[in-house]
Amino acid sequence: MAAEKAEMDVLKKECDGLRTQIEAARKAVNDGNMTSAAGSATEVGRVQLKLRKSLKGHLAKIYSMHWSSDSRSMISASQDGKLLVWDTHTGNKLVAVPLKSAWVMSVAFAPSGNLVASGGLDNMCTVSNIKAASPKTLRELDAHTGYLSCCRFLSDTEILTASGDTTCCLWDLETGKQKIIFTNHIGDCMSLALSMDENTFVSGACDSLAKLWDLREGTCKQTFSGHTSDINAIQFFPNGNAFVTGSDDCSCKMYDLRSDQEVITYQDGSLNAGVTSVSLSNSGRLVFAGYDDFNCHIWDSLKGEKVGVLSGHDNRVSCTGVPADGMGVCTGSWDSFLKLWN
Amino acid sequence: MSNISAPNSSLVLVQKAVKQLRLEASVRRIKVSQAAAELKTFCLQNAQKDPLLTGVPSSDNPFRPPKSCILL
Repeated sequence: MAAEKAEMDVLKKECDGLRTQIEAARKAVNDGNMTSAAGSATEVGRVQLKLRKSLKGHLAKIYSMHWSSDSRSMISASQDGKLLVWDTHTGNKLVAVPLKSAWVMSVAFAPSGNLVASGGLDNMCTVSNIKAASPKTLRELDAHTGYLSCCRFLSDTEILTASGDTTCCLWDLETGKQKIIFTNHIGDCMSLALSMDENTFVSGACDSLAKLWDLREGTCKQTFSGHTSDINAIQFFPNGNAFVTGSDDCSCKMYDLRSDQEVITYQDGSLNAGVTSVSLSNSGRLVFAGYDDFNCHIWDSLKGEKVGVLSGHDNRVSCTGVPADGMGVCTGSWDSFLKLWN
Repeated sequence: MSNISAPNSSLVLVQKAVKQLRLEASVRRIKVSQAAAELKTFCLQNAQKDPLLTGVPSSDNPFRPPKSCILL
């Protein structure tokens, strides 16, 4: 017993030493921040986007939405127990997918547009084919021991999930089995984002940390701290070298992968509401952040200033998304509406 | 050497933590000023291709069909 205790003490000391080493290494490269680098960039000015469509159809809180890769179809999930696929150009509903469990928290479109996935308090990720005559359940991915908070397809044969059980998981849709389980967070995983090359992904969790993972090896490569409460949302910056997070601590942050640390925080004394969702415009210059204060605030990602607001929802904005063609931004809310702005 | 047959789970956890921290410590880091400059360059180079920055002309706005003229 004494030998083991001695070994534990040595290892714990090594942990402390490594943590100090990491902090020192980060400090050593911290020779400036985004605001100083952005000094010479022209201001964006006031960003005034107009409401173009209000999509009405859900009967309860909307929890999640995801654009199709065609930038035209979009899927939304509501705790009224339905997924709705919309044609955002006409505002028409294309498909309604009834859910076995109404407690949905996340929805995703496969890049092919053929499959959709959803899940929530049922702890499962259900994958359906929406191109069939009527939506057909293909797989029920059942292994998480906590709620499904986020899901993203890599292709029609692989999907990544994040769960309240603190793990993320890569599944094989052909077998319905888990391929890799990503463990390292010590709090519920709330959100994930896939890198463009699909070799890595980032996750945000209730332990206030964001982590970068190697998708194929299953290892956590980097851990990013700074937030002081749950991270609810995470998105990659379009060049793939940075990502933006949104948190219950009422701030958003941009972290750079290569300098292994936070480069700017988006926060304002007058904003005392948690951030539920984040998305970026195609150049990465604008950050659209959905808040509990019923608004989606727009930030200049380089200068860290609030440059606009999308107001119109009557309840918390729970999800936001910019389509691949960058032509607009969609906000979804607990008020049961989705709104399209540009 | 430990003479306990079953692995002590707290020991295993600390061993995993050390392994993870060693991995994270080995990351090559670039200067924040360089990282920030590159992010800024990306934004500026792509600004003209960002419809939410440049604005979407009404005639081309996919979310808003052009108003048609009705001749009575």
